[in-house]
Amino acid sequence: MPRILFDNQEYESGPGETILDCLTRHGVPAPHSCRSGLCHTCMMRALKGTPSGESQRGLKDALVLQNYFLPCVCVPPGDMSVVLPDAETFRTDTVVTRLDRLNPEIIRLRLARPENYQYRAGQYLTLFNADGVGRSYSLASVPALDGDLELHIHRVPGGVVSGWVDDRLQAGATVSIGEALGDCFYVPGRPDQPLLLIGTGSGLAPLYGIARDALQQGHTGPIKLYHGSSTPDGLYLVQELQDLALKNPGFDYRPCVSRGNAPAWTVRARADDRALEENPNLAGWRIYVCGNPDMVNHTKRRAFLAGASLSDISADPFLPSLP
Amino acid sequence: MTNPSLFEKIGGEAAVNAAVDIFYRKVLADKRINQFFEGVDMEKQAAKQKSFLTVAFGGPNKYTGKDLRDAHAHLVKRGLNDSHFDAVMENLGATLTELKVPADLIAQAAAVAESTRNDVLGR
Ligand SMILES: Cc1cc2nc3c(=O)[nH]c(=O)nc-3n(C[C@H](O)[C@H](O)[C@H](O)COP(=O)(O)OP(=O)(O)OC[C@H]3O[C@@H](n4cnc5c(N)ncnc54)[C@H](O)[C@@H]3O)c2cc1C
Ligand code: HEM
Repeated sequence: MPRILFDNQEYESGPGETILDCLTRHGVPAPHSCRSGLCHTCMMRALKGTPSGESQRGLKDALVLQNYFLPCVCVPPGDMSVVLPDAETFRTDTVVTRLDRLNPEIIRLRLARPENYQYRAGQYLTLFNADGVGRSYSLASVPALDGDLELHIHRVPGGVVSGWVDDRLQAGATVSIGEALGDCFYVPGRPDQPLLLIGTGSGLAPLYGIARDALQQGHTGPIKLYHGSSTPDGLYLVQELQDLALKNPGFDYRPCVSRGNAPAWTVRARADDRALEENPNLAGWRIYVCGNPDMVNHTKRRAFLAGASLSDISADPFLPSLP
Repeated sequence: MTNPSLFEKIGGEAAVNAAVDIFYRKVLADKRINQFFEGVDMEKQAAKQKSFLTVAFGGPNKYTGKDLRDAHAHLVKRGLNDSHFDAVMENLGATLTELKVPADLIAQAAAVAESTRNDVLGR
């Protein structure tokens, strides 16, 4: 009978038994609700072994690609090693290759990509400071284009990790990072699907990665990027994005300024408002929204009501850490 | 030969998946009931709509009357009543009509949903 490795313990499953039933029979408290593959409460991720097709039905493509599955309807086809989504503890050391400033408040941190480090542009990783305090940062780099990992870190007043990056970190220093997580990345397979990318502040980081990844993978449908800031100062990588738009007729870049005077090369509007005004019918589109949590949650809902399928919306609210 | 179930006739799992987005979008836009569905985590909310639709379509699920009672008890405390139940029934019908499900099957799904009224409303 297949063996299930969970939380450093091995459990033998019975004939026809699901992974959830196997764990609960052994007295392991695993979260669950409907036990029918509907509610997704019990979702786990397979580190080894392949989940049954049935246990991945109804999950977003991005989750399937990362081996997420529903243990309540998964009779293991063979031995498997499984974890709860928040129990992953993988950590690795790497070296700072370069630090520079993208605008007065945002620092670009480049790290050597550790050997075998798997990620997709737009996912996020945990960066740990010297005291082991970790925060999430999104990946602006593209594995096929960039040798290093690239993060855009907004320095917040009194920020434990962002302040440490700005004040203490130097090229050559060793830092610790976690594995790349999240479902905010380009999913190949529908090259003509229109893509709408909306971000504020350092929320541009994952979008910069996703847009370049999509183009690099031969995306043919329109790609529209709306980057918003309250002032023109807050916009960054403007030249790079304008060049990218010149080279790729399918790619549109709209820098948006929400307060005060807006220079001629920008749009005087909130990025989310302008994106939805210019693209009122989002049926069939894929949407990416990142940055300010209120903007992200609000925009996700608006995009859904404008016709986007929920499974086609990827959103990363840059939530502050909880005390 | 066994007769196909209502769930199979409506189109099974694929029909549920097609219906979730449409139904959830209607519910979020419906001022009579959207206060009950405001949760920030839209994925979790949608997964629950999927559970609801599977029950209404007579599909495979392990929900008992007591489960439905428990799942809605906190909503009954917030004032969930017959008028809200009627609004959900209306959205269910409109969703299935939009998906071009034949009228007799819609009536059967509505009857299944209707049969849960007392459990959902905690009576
Ligand atoms: C999935 C995910 C991806 C993320 N990606 C990025 C990214 O690519 N780039 C990036 O810069 N950040 C990103 N963040 C936010 C990041 O993880 C940290 O929350 C942020 O850098 C603050 O951490 P800190 O240790 O510097 O500040 P803390 O010590 O945690 O906070 C210091 C003080 O600042 C407040 N604060 C926190 N965030 C903000 C803010 N945005 N504006 C004003 N005040 C704030 C806190 O409430 C606190 O009072 C992401 C967050 C998530 C959840
Ligand atoms: C018509 C009959 C109904 C059926 C068969 C039904 C079924 C269900 C099911 C199976 C769940 C998931 C429970 C879980 O696994 O946690 C659920 C959740 C939910 N239902 Fe219903 N439901 C019905 C009517 C309604 C009505 C009338 C409302 C409000 C207007 C409503 C609001 C909700 C909400 C808000 C949730 C999510 C609760 C939470 O946040 O945990 N339902 N329902």
